[in-house]
Amino acid sequence: MTQKEFLNIVMPFKDKVFRLAKRLLISTEEAEDATQEVLLKLWNNKVKIAEYKNVEAFSMTMTKNYCFDKLKSKQAQNLKLVHSNYEEKNTPLQKQVELNDSVNWVGKIIADLPEQQKMIIQLRDIEDYDLDEIAKMLDMNNTAVRVALSRARKTIREKLTNTHSYGVK
Amino acid sequence: MVLNNIEKLLEKYENGESSLKEEQQLKNYFSQETVAPHLEVYKPMFAYFLVNKQEQFTKDVPLKTTRKYNYKWISVAAVAVLMLGFYFGTTLGQGDLGTYEDPELAFNEFSKSMEMISSKFNKGAATVSYLNEVSKGTSTLGYLNEVENTTSIIFKTY
Repeated sequence: MTQKEFLNIVMPFKDKVFRLAKRLLISTEEAEDATQEVLLKLWNNKVKIAEYKNVEAFSMTMTKNYCFDKLKSKQAQNLKLVHSNYEEKNTPLQKQVELNDSVNWVGKIIADLPEQQKMIIQLRDIEDYDLDEIAKMLDMNNTAVRVALSRARKTIREKLTNTHSYGVK
Repeated sequence: MVLNNIEKLLEKYENGESSLKEEQQLKNYFSQETVAPHLEVYKPMFAYFLVNKQEQFTKDVPLKTTRKYNYKWISVAAVAVLMLGFYFGTTLGQGDLGTYEDPELAFNEFSKSMEMISSKFNKGAATVSYLNEVSKGTSTLGYLNEVENTTSIIFKTY
């Protein structure tokens, strides 16, 4: 397989891999590294690519696993690169400005969701995968995905309603 | 009518039962400027989804075509080198080793070399005889024991 053929396979979903990685790892740099790692792994196993039934789903699963490994090792080091850690210390004014931006709020709410719901929201609402595909990628059954999705959507809506009615949460 | 429809879709959406097509409808509805006031809450949510879909991976990935070494040919080359080594080792090694044909001459030569060995050996053994001096010295050390004995006697008296 030449580089060009490989790129033709990989190009359509490389952004999705990146966005999923970013959803889980939060930091853009880490997500870039993760994407690079996943693509390189695919490239090194390019001989086997023809055997995979669905390269895209396979890559998404690989990304998920890679990110979980990363998160685990980071937790072990007790070092968190989560932005919310230091944003608390920012000046109140800047915070105020940010709070007005409800769109950013959605991102923060999603970041607070459990890992699984985070991934499902990402895969469903942002990447538009259907439930069966998501179930396969995450190694879950269809119903579990639906339940988690419903829970995640309700949580987001509830929290958004709260921020709207209180102004500041 | 539209609003009614959207509300129904939203309910399905929250239960995770909406299809991708229906969700697309929702996204379209919430991406427009004016939304029904009581549905305003959902707007940032769908806006966020749309914005996040735009993000792209821009980093280059170095795709190296790693050429694998063919170890088969390396082993073939190693075997060839070994064979050459054996070949030249046997052919060049058969030079003159200084063999005597006449047995008497050989005996003379042998005894001469043995004599040389024995003379050298004797020289070496003579130097070893110095070790006798050392053992003599150690025997005199034995007198020290006597001294120790007497001192112990002295100390006992106190």
